[in-house]
Amino acid sequence: MAHLADLARIDLDDAELDHLAPQLNVILEAVASIGAVGDLDDVPPTSHPVPLTNVFREDVVVPGLTAEQALSGAPEAEDQRFRVPRILGDEQ
Amino acid sequence: MTATTETLVPFDEVVAAYDPALGLEIHVELNTNTKMFCGCPATFGGEPNTQVCPTCLGLPGAMPVVNGKAVESAIRIGLALNCEIAEWCRFARKNYFYPDMPKNFQTSQYDEPIAFEGYLDVDVEGETFRIEIERAHMEEDTGKSSHVGGTAGRIHGADYSLVDYNRAGIPLIEIVTKPILGTGAKAPLVAKAYVSAIRDLIVALGVSDARMDQGSIRADVNLSLAPKGSGALGTRSETKNVNSLRSVERAVRYEMARHAGILAAGGSVLQETRHFHENDGTTSSGREKSDAEDYRYFPEPDLVPVAPSREWVEELRATLPENPAARRTRLQAEWGFSDLEMRDTVGAGALELVEQTIAAGAAPQAARKWWLTELARRANDTGVELSELGVTPAQVAEVQALVDAKTINDKLARQVFDGLLAGEGTPEEIIAARGLAVVSDEGALSAAVDKAIAENPAIADKIRDGKVAAAGALIGAVMKEMRGQADAGRVRELVLEKLG
Repeated sequence: MAHLADLARIDLDDAELDHLAPQLNVILEAVASIGAVGDLDDVPPTSHPVPLTNVFREDVVVPGLTAEQALSGAPEAEDQRFRVPRILGDEQ
Repeated sequence: MTATTETLVPFDEVVAAYDPALGLEIHVELNTNTKMFCGCPATFGGEPNTQVCPTCLGLPGAMPVVNGKAVESAIRIGLALNCEIAEWCRFARKNYFYPDMPKNFQTSQYDEPIAFEGYLDVDVEGETFRIEIERAHMEEDTGKSSHVGGTAGRIHGADYSLVDYNRAGIPLIEIVTKPILGTGAKAPLVAKAYVSAIRDLIVALGVSDARMDQGSIRADVNLSLAPKGSGALGTRSETKNVNSLRSVERAVRYEMARHAGILAAGGSVLQETRHFHENDGTTSSGREKSDAEDYRYFPEPDLVPVAPSREWVEELRATLPENPAARRTRLQAEWGFSDLEMRDTVGAGALELVEQTIAAGAAPQAARKWWLTELARRANDTGVELSELGVTPAQVAEVQALVDAKTINDKLARQVFDGLLAGEGTPEEIIAARGLAVVSDEGALSAAVDKAIAENPAIADKIRDGKVAAAGALIGAVMKEMRGQADAGRVRELVLEKLG
């Protein structure tokens, strides 16, 4: 649980971890119920509910955002770029 | 970052005691018009954040759609690498946090690459090495960060960073080799030859700009050493983003020396990423690859699987360029090169350049001569590849045409190349501006020959006595008098006429 929180960059204290762990367990138990179905070795895992393949786009440019629009939601911008806090230092 | 003093073992001693194992990961940026999953332009060099949209910025609700042209390029690369093409494969999310990746995951492929189990043969000094390809998969590039504060724009010690997402989402094909064993002392050259061969293949396929200097082909170099003959695999280091052919060779050489230094002292090599430094050819520690690295890959729910029909794959196979090895054999026969001449031409990375020079009208031997002597020397002096020197095959053919027309001689041609590299214009313009044309004024030539005969009576007598070989000394004197601007063949004729 602490490892997952760490990977997701969510700062949780012990009380919060204790609170969330049972909830995560409920989800895992729900998934585990698939085990009751029996031998699934020959059944491929489903990643998509619809049997579509090969949905491709033509390689044609479509207008996107202007730099101003792109940066409009950025907490900080500088030099027409997104400004982000120092990258190294708190690296996991 | 503290500078650590590495103990480096001399190369000969490394290969005497250890077997190197190489592994190469090459990222190829495709030259599609648009990005992998959205319609933003995929061109290089736009103003910051002008080639972006909600999809490549990872804004909520934006949905990706696969660029069909990029899939086509991926299949063609796979086929050219003698790979199997997957009948059905998916994209996957590779989850990690880094500011240059706005979605907080990279859309990549995990256990279902579009191409797998291939090979590429490369020649090094007459020996062929078969490089086994594990996989080639589709993914997207990241944005580009610049670092502010600290020293010289480096990430270490920076106060903050600025990110441009124009590059985020540009289609990448990552080509991964299996461990390359048995290269011994040739490991650095095999690594370089492999990257060079991939680049040539990519150029021939026309699927990328293939500019290493602009990062459209980037190599990560894995290296490990094992005690000689042990058959084991040692702990590897991964040197990231090595961006020229010469650097690939240097990075392998350096890592071999560094690993051997650690192992010889009884230490163990850390499994980590390394950064390569162009200025001194060394590497330094990046981040440690720990077991905690957990990308939590899972199939991308927003994209449906790619299932290339066998008909499509065969159609694409029919568009492949000639196999490089077969092409070399054909060209060698056409050009009448010896095995050694051909090997040197390929080894110097000059095959395409020589071919284009010949296509532009130069004789094969003349084209080979300029690229492998005069221009190779200059490229070596400045530490760049021949193809990056800045002289084009068309210009070399033009210079040779001027030599053939006796407007200039070989010696003056070298000065024309100086002018071309200095950006002084076309060969004709440089000859005019620098006054390089050979003197065709017979009167001036004749006077210079008379002068040389008068100043060297003993040599003149020898020639009169039939010792034609002595003419060389007189020709040299005349050429000196004419400051090199004479046709040596014509001077020889005049000398022999006058003393015959």
